[in-house]
Amino acid sequence: MVAVPALDIADRLWSVLADVPDPEIPVVSVVDLGIVREVDADGGRVVITPTYTGCPATLVIERDIRSALDKAGFEGFRIETTLSPPWTTDWISEEGKRKLRAYGIAPPRPAGERQVECPQCGSTDTVEISRFGSTPCKALWRCRSCAEPFDLFKCH
Amino acid sequence: MDQALFQYVLRLGDDGLILGQRLSEWTGHAPSVEVDLSLANMALDLIGQATHFLHYAGQIEGQGRDGDALAFRRDVMDFGNCVLVEQPNGDFAQTMARQFLFSTWQKMLLERLIGSKDELIASVAAKSVKEVTYHQELSEEWVVRLGDGTAESHRRMAAGLDWMWRFIPELFEMDSVGEEMLARGIGADPASFRADYDRKLLAVLDQATLEAPKDQRPILGGRRGHHSEHLGHLLCAMQFLPRTYPDAKW
Repeated sequence: MVAVPALDIADRLWSVLADVPDPEIPVVSVVDLGIVREVDADGGRVVITPTYTGCPATLVIERDIRSALDKAGFEGFRIETTLSPPWTTDWISEEGKRKLRAYGIAPPRPAGERQVECPQCGSTDTVEISRFGSTPCKALWRCRSCAEPFDLFKCH
Repeated sequence: MDQALFQYVLRLGDDGLILGQRLSEWTGHAPSVEVDLSLANMALDLIGQATHFLHYAGQIEGQGRDGDALAFRRDVMDFGNCVLVEQPNGDFAQTMARQFLFSTWQKMLLERLIGSKDELIASVAAKSVKEVTYHQELSEEWVVRLGDGTAESHRRMAAGLDWMWRFIPELFEMDSVGEEMLARGIGADPASFRADYDRKLLAVLDQATLEAPKDQRPILGGRRGHHSEHLGHLLCAMQFLPRTYPDAKW
């Protein structure tokens, strides 16, 4: 058997992980969200980080990653969890933010930005309904232009 | 075993666990669907934080107990939470009074624990402080809204604060565990933010057109396992399943 260079293995691992959807927002992957911190091909491990300390999806995400790795032939790889540095919404990729918007969830605002753009019509005439939404990562907003409610991914 | 560190981490975990359980009692009963979501989300954050701390406490102890074992297989005298968090929900104003007094304190504590020499405490604190900032803001807004609302909401908010006020001194109490943790650079000194805490409370009460309750006889002892009768009832509900069906699998 010819040894496969570690770099190629890392690339394959990243592409396997890029196909693992977030269980609650399935249009984005665990890579888009920045949940995968590190792929260590030599050390045989994948390092992930929780988004919110109490997020019930954390266990499901780990299970989904496990089964994706197993299916791709990476049974020997361990999954490790790290808390530090803590996850922030800055870890969400630009691609991830674009996918969130297209799905109808306003992506987190850049630091200092007060305005929230409605993901349906693009208006900035929007108002917060509830600071806590359907999942720990979201707040509930409403657009005064098109009158539609929408989720905002909380800046965190 | 590092007894002081075990106790310290256990207290941090028990505060979150017990308040999270209390808040979850509101699920399906809150005044509006938005408030229902808020209370359930806060419960989730607090239980998430507790999970990290209690798993860690189990590792420090080294007797094979994990976070679940510590949550579900200890009796009331072994819990080290402050007495404030086990107080009954009462009406919505009483729940918000408890949350405001606790989250304001917890946020100030966690801001200091970010600098802890203990890596796990520091990283959980850094992560949790962002969540607790939300809890603090939400409860502060409700104290103002209810206090400066109708005659009825004002009366209820004042009564809620009056119930919870006597549990504040315990939050700032020091004992040998706290002293040792402080000396080792692991724990924080609550006295260092007592003045900030009092200032914050008075500013919010002023905005809410509420008077600070008169000083009452402080209720202490939760950190040593001396709890109010309410904790036992809470544990009966929380621990029922694992006690009745030990080692049950989902």
